[in-house]
Amino acid sequence: MRKKKGGVMREPAPHEPIFGILAEFSHPDALRDAVRKTYAGGYTHIDTYTPFPIEGLAEALHFQDSRVPLLCLAGGITGALTGYGMQVYTNLDFPIDIGGRPLISWQAFMLITFELTVLFAVLFAIAGMLLFNRLPRLNYPVFDIESFHLASSDKFFLIVFSNDPRFDPEETSSFLSDLDPVRVDQVGKAEEAE
Amino acid sequence: MTQQVSPGAHGSSLNRYAAITGEITQIPISFPQRRNWWIAFAFALTLLLIFFVSAIVVFWNGVGVWGINIPVNWGLAISNYIWWLGIGHAGTLISAMLLLMNEHWRNALNRFAEAMTLFAVVCAGLYPILHLGRFWYFYWMAPYPNTMNIWPQFKSPLTWDFFAVLTYLIVSVLFWYIGVIPDLAATRDRTQKRRQQVFYGLFALGWRGSARHWARWQQAYRLTAAIAVPLVVSVHSEVSLLFAAGPIPGWNSTVFPPYFVLGAAFSGFAVVSMIATVLRYAFDLEDLVTARHLDLLGKLLLASGLMTSYGYISEVFFTLYSGVQHDVLTLQHRLGGTYAWSYWGAVICNFVPLQLLWWHNIRTNPLPLFLIGLSVTVGMWCERYMLLVTALYKDYLVSSWGEYHASFWEWSLYIGTLGVFLVPFLLFVRFLPMISSFEIKEALYEEEERGRDA
Repeated sequence: MRKKKGGVMREPAPHEPIFGILAEFSHPDALRDAVRKTYAGGYTHIDTYTPFPIEGLAEALHFQDSRVPLLCLAGGITGALTGYGMQVYTNLDFPIDIGGRPLISWQAFMLITFELTVLFAVLFAIAGMLLFNRLPRLNYPVFDIESFHLASSDKFFLIVFSNDPRFDPEETSSFLSDLDPVRVDQVGKAEEAE
Repeated sequence: MTQQVSPGAHGSSLNRYAAITGEITQIPISFPQRRNWWIAFAFALTLLLIFFVSAIVVFWNGVGVWGINIPVNWGLAISNYIWWLGIGHAGTLISAMLLLMNEHWRNALNRFAEAMTLFAVVCAGLYPILHLGRFWYFYWMAPYPNTMNIWPQFKSPLTWDFFAVLTYLIVSVLFWYIGVIPDLAATRDRTQKRRQQVFYGLFALGWRGSARHWARWQQAYRLTAAIAVPLVVSVHSEVSLLFAAGPIPGWNSTVFPPYFVLGAAFSGFAVVSMIATVLRYAFDLEDLVTARHLDLLGKLLLASGLMTSYGYISEVFFTLYSGVQHDVLTLQHRLGGTYAWSYWGAVICNFVPLQLLWWHNIRTNPLPLFLIGLSVTVGMWCERYMLLVTALYKDYLVSSWGEYHASFWEWSLYIGTLGVFLVPFLLFVRFLPMISSFEIKEALYEEEERGRDA
């Protein structure tokens, strides 16, 4: 199992019968608490599903991925070079002498340079966000859980993935049950067939 | 394998999470105002039809069907372009600037304000293309290798315009869309109808609220917001340079960029106020778009209006202070010439009813706020018209003086663009969650947390 720096995690392979164990909580604080305890219990391959971003939760999951901001910066630099380069190139390619004024007048080139900096930075940041999140995606195993539709309303879910080194279907689900959740469900291929 | 464990014991905020999600997602799922919506939509479609007819007439006959001439070769097409673009800017400012300042009250307004931005920018973007008359040569604006071996003139504000508006449109679409994804997922999860599940499911891109997804989403969203604020300033400054970079009395002024940007924000806040009052009334959203929101919108409108009035004063002051003969003459034409109605219309509609917003009771009352917003919208339209026409119609050379009167087809095209705005906006109201439910819930939780810590 590969675990790259920055909390990037592989999801369980398709042939594995169980995807993970999902616990449902009814308050963000209960979820936060559960995340802390699950880590203390030695689990590392976990994730949460919440209706809104909860401050500190990503850090609690040891998420440190700054590829999106870096990509945004790279996009900005690419855009600036493209914008400025395009204007310099075209002016050299077809010089127009306007009363002896400088051919490469950088002041006049700044606006397009800025606009393309913005355009590329935003495109890169958003494309990067979707790419690293592996979205769009038509389906995902947790969608099979009946109460999971509440993950976009008022419930807060914690999952331990089956490729966690300490994962054991019975043991993990009893561990999660001890965290005082509303319910615990097994996410798996077996249920999908129903 | 399913185990039932004891339910969590937490209080009222939880019910509110579900209630907020329900209230917002229920509107697109089982639309409450079907009849009124259809009436409004039929009206908007009529306007859109007028737009198409007017556009076809222009393309068939050329811009000669308009009243534009030499010296006044811009006319309604360009003043409306600026008017629409300016209206658009407020959506980005409300959404991006207030996000970065952690002003949570923005969450009740940003979604429809951004939708307004999108459709206003579309209306704006159509105008320069229509003004070309021969729209099929539009791609000549883009720098591409061609058989003529020439390039766009990159030292001209007209070329900057192409890049500025295009960038602004793309960035606005993306910012709005990634902001709506989590709510599309919420709508997908609430609906029981297969058709809606497929529709919202596809556009939600499989969003599931994973903590890692949220973290990257926030990175991308906040970065885009941080970039969008200077983008707005750059776009409208650039628009002002279409004027200020020209050697025309009444245009060639360094005050134009901030003057235009503030005027843009002012007109946009006016339209946001109008939309907010109408939507909260039509969909009973008083608990989400509260009196406090109207109060803050009123303050924003008042503040940006006063800043815009500073632009008016400084313009007059510097003209008189400089004593440049022709500039003074242009000022006289503005205050008392053929188009004095547009100058005084702008001053009166923009700044006289605005003063009512000093009173808290007026700000929190939807009807006066709506009417003041309408007045400002009209006033800013007059301002754009005034700035453009009064400077052009009497240039330095008396021999090239001439008047401009908009023709029927210019007016009909303008009325038509209202349809270009309203049709997609009504579709947005009908089919998408028009208020950001997840951001309201997030703010609610943070408030609760702060309350506990205190």
